[in-house]
Formats: sequence, C-alpha cells, structure tokens
Amino acid sequence: MGKPHLLVHDHEDNVGVVVVEGLTSGTDMLCVVTADNSDFTLTANADIPIGHKVALRDLTEGDTVMKYGEDIGKMVGGAKKGDHVHTHNCKTKRW
Amino acid sequence: MTMALDISNTTVNAWRRENGRVGVRNHVLILPVDDISNAACEAVANNVKGTLAIPHAYGRLQFGEDLDLHFRTMIGTGANPNVAAVVVIGIEPEWTQIIVDGIAKTGKPVTGFSIEQKGDFETIRQASWKAKEYVHWASELQKEPCPVSDLWVSTKCGESDTTTGLSSCPTVGNMYDKLLPHGIYGCFGETSEITGAEHICKERAANPEAADKFMKIFQAYQDDVIEQFKTSDLSDSQPTKGNILGGLTTIEEKALGNLEKIGRSSTYIDAMGPAEAPEKGPGLYFMDTSSAAAECVTLMAAAGYVIHTFPTGQGNVVGNPIVPVIKISGNPRTLRTMSEHIDVDVTGVLSREMTIEDAGDALIDQIIRTANGRYTAAEALGHREFSLTKLYRSA
Repeated sequence: MGKPHLLVHDHEDNVGVVVVEGLTSGTDMLCVVTADNSDFTLTANADIPIGHKVALRDLTEGDTVMKYGEDIGKMVGGAKKGDHVHTHNCKTKRW
Repeated sequence: MTMALDISNTTVNAWRRENGRVGVRNHVLILPVDDISNAACEAVANNVKGTLAIPHAYGRLQFGEDLDLHFRTMIGTGANPNVAAVVVIGIEPEWTQIIVDGIAKTGKPVTGFSIEQKGDFETIRQASWKAKEYVHWASELQKEPCPVSDLWVSTKCGESDTTTGLSSCPTVGNMYDKLLPHGIYGCFGETSEITGAEHICKERAANPEAADKFMKIFQAYQDDVIEQFKTSDLSDSQPTKGNILGGLTTIEEKALGNLEKIGRSSTYIDAMGPAEAPEKGPGLYFMDTSSAAAECVTLMAAAGYVIHTFPTGQGNVVGNPIVPVIKISGNPRTLRTMSEHIDVDVTGVLSREMTIEDAGDALIDQIIRTANGRYTAAEALGHREFSLTKLYRSA
C-alpha cells in the first residue's frame, strides 16, 4: 500500500482527515481506516490543507458529524462527498 | 522499528532523594514566595551559577482556596525530586516560613530569607552564600541506577490538531498502557478539553469513587467557570485559533483526540485537585487543570511528576523550569517547519510506516534517555515557563 492521503478513525465516521501537505482538488485520495487498515479511494473536491476534514458521503444541514465513532457536532451547511468540512459548515451542538 | 524493551529489568541513572523519590534533574532552586521577591531571586541566581530562579506573577493578597493553591504549588515545586535544594525568598517571614516548612518535609536542604527590615542588598548577600553552599553540595550528589517504575510521568497536549488524535496522543496512550503496569505514576488533566468526551472519561475510572470525583470536578468547571463567564460561546477559545488552523472544528473533536493520551487499557484511580500529589499509590491520576500548556505542566510538576510528555500538532513550544518536557509530533508540516522543538517524530504513523506500538516504544526510549540526562528540545532552547494558576481575584 502507498502512503495514504486521508485517514479515517472508524467505520462509523462520515469524515476523514487529510494527512499530506499540498492536497489539490481532483486528487484521487488513498484513504485508510486506522481501526483495521482497510482502504478505499475518494476524490477531493477542493484544495484541502493538511489536518482538515473531508466528507466521506453527502452531508446536509443538521446531520451529525461522526469521528472516532463519536458525535463531534452537527452540519450547519451542506457538504458533498469529497468536500471540505470545517467551521464554515460544521459546529458543536453544545454552545 | 524500535526493540521491545524489557522494562522491569531497565534502570535509569538518576538521583534518589532523601524521601526515596527519584529525580531526573538536580536543580538548586531560588524560589520567590511572591512577585515582589522576583528581583532578589534573579540577583541570587545571577551571583551563583548552577542555580535557577523561577520568577512568577503572584503571591500577595491571595486568600482561601486560591492561597491554598499558591502554597501547594510553591511547596510542590520545591519538593519535586528534580530539585536538590531550595532557597526561598519572600517579602515577609511568615508566608516564607510556610513554604520552607512544606518543602523541608521531603528532607532536602531548604532555607528561607525575607526582605522586610533588610532590603534587597542584604537579603541577596545572605541568600547568595546559602545558594553557593547548596550548589557545591548538590553538584557532588551522585546518580544511581533506579528502576523505570520509580518514574512519575505526566502528560498534556498543546496546539493540538487532527494529527494529534491520530498519532502523538495515542503514542502517549501506548506508553501509559505499557509503563503503568510496571508501577509508574501517570497524570492527565485539562478539564475544559474533556468537554464532549466526559462520558468516555467517566467510564475510564478504575472505581466508582474516581468516576464521581471526576464528574464533580467536570461539572463544577461547567457551572462555576463556563456558565459564569462565557459570552456567546467558547468557539473562539475552545478550540483555539491554532487548533482551527490545524483542522479541528469542535470541542468534542478536540476532546476525543485529547483522551487518546490515556491509551486503550489504562484507567485512573483517583481525580485530584490542581497541584495535589497522588495519594493512592502507583497508577494513573486525573488532575483538575487548565488546558493552557504552561499552567498545566506547572501544576503537574508541583504534584511531583518528574518527566512530562507533550504531544503537539501545530507546534507548541512550552517547557518547564524543573521538569523536562518531551515533545511528540506526527504532523509532517510541523516537523518540516519547526523540528527544533520536537523530541519524538511520529510522522510515520500518518504515512502508515510506523505503528502506534512502534511510536509508543520510541517514546519510552526517549523517556529513558531523558531520565538519564539527555536535554529535551525545550531544555536546550531555554523554555522555562513557570505559570501559576489563579482561581479568583486577590483581596
């Protein structure tokens, strides 16, 4: 297996994390689920910085965002599969 | 990558103190009781090489629980086994003596001086003679082989990002899963950064009492601090701007990464107040601390931990005057741009060239080397942040 572009903690997650610098839109990303080292591919829809999240499937406003197999917040905007997920479209449910 | 170590047969060369604790550094500390004694302490440290003054901002007109914490932090810092001997300087004799008496319980040499009715010059003269005597004495103390199980190792992460939850935090967790069964003491904290993972943290208590104590501390923080002082929300501060630049979006996401530091099998046996020394024997402890790096490391040092492990994503540069802070990072950009701050490179975890098991072994190897005397990056770069936690306004 080559070096992954994206890591996903858990199979229940609907976002993954870019782990390479300079990822450009259109890249077919090698994605690895760290829980069991299984892999899949996904096309990035934007230039996404290292450390930032990518939607693994289409997400709409109100959807719960899952990472580590846990609830990390809600979508406050939409994101297509392969889009950037961050503070512009995702927020804590707490405050 | 690294060999699996036989921990139970591994020793480090370190200083066995009068009270039996093991220290990995041999500081002669010049400790100010209060802010206005900083100048005298710094003058003594300038006069006598091999001593270390640790100036700070507080110590006057504090009262109640806040004063208790001040004394506990001062006494705990002086009592830490990384400190061989202490000169304490305060403006007046009574509070100075409280700190001297607290440190003296360890059996180590400690002497107090107060400035009123003497002035800085005479205080500095007297304290410099004592400091010089301590330096000669401390510099002849010999190291001896001590089991790894005698080490007290704390942890806190900083300038976290999504890579810390994937690499550097689970590296610390793997270290704890491997070393705690050998009888070390461990400590994690950061009350505000468990927000969103408090249910998981509660489940990781070793007994119902510890779980209750943790939940009470957590709830008190929510009620007394967040609810009293929040404006719109905490989104400007938790996650921090640095966290957000690194890709962390919510406090829950940050908290889940943070908790990776306690590994898979480790459980905490008690939940302590800030700077409180553990009381239930070897094992992992939760401590109620700020999530600000220097404050948290200062509190853990005051509780007696002698080595600190510090995962960072975006590149926190914190150090401590008396405790070596080992930095671990898995973010390749941080290793490219600021590698002078990083002691353990776990970027291989993200590229899948290094397992968490390997990373944990690399950290244990670095802990042993640090205990044997290797300077950490923070020590080499002169990072000596001594930051006191204050609970409320002074009188």
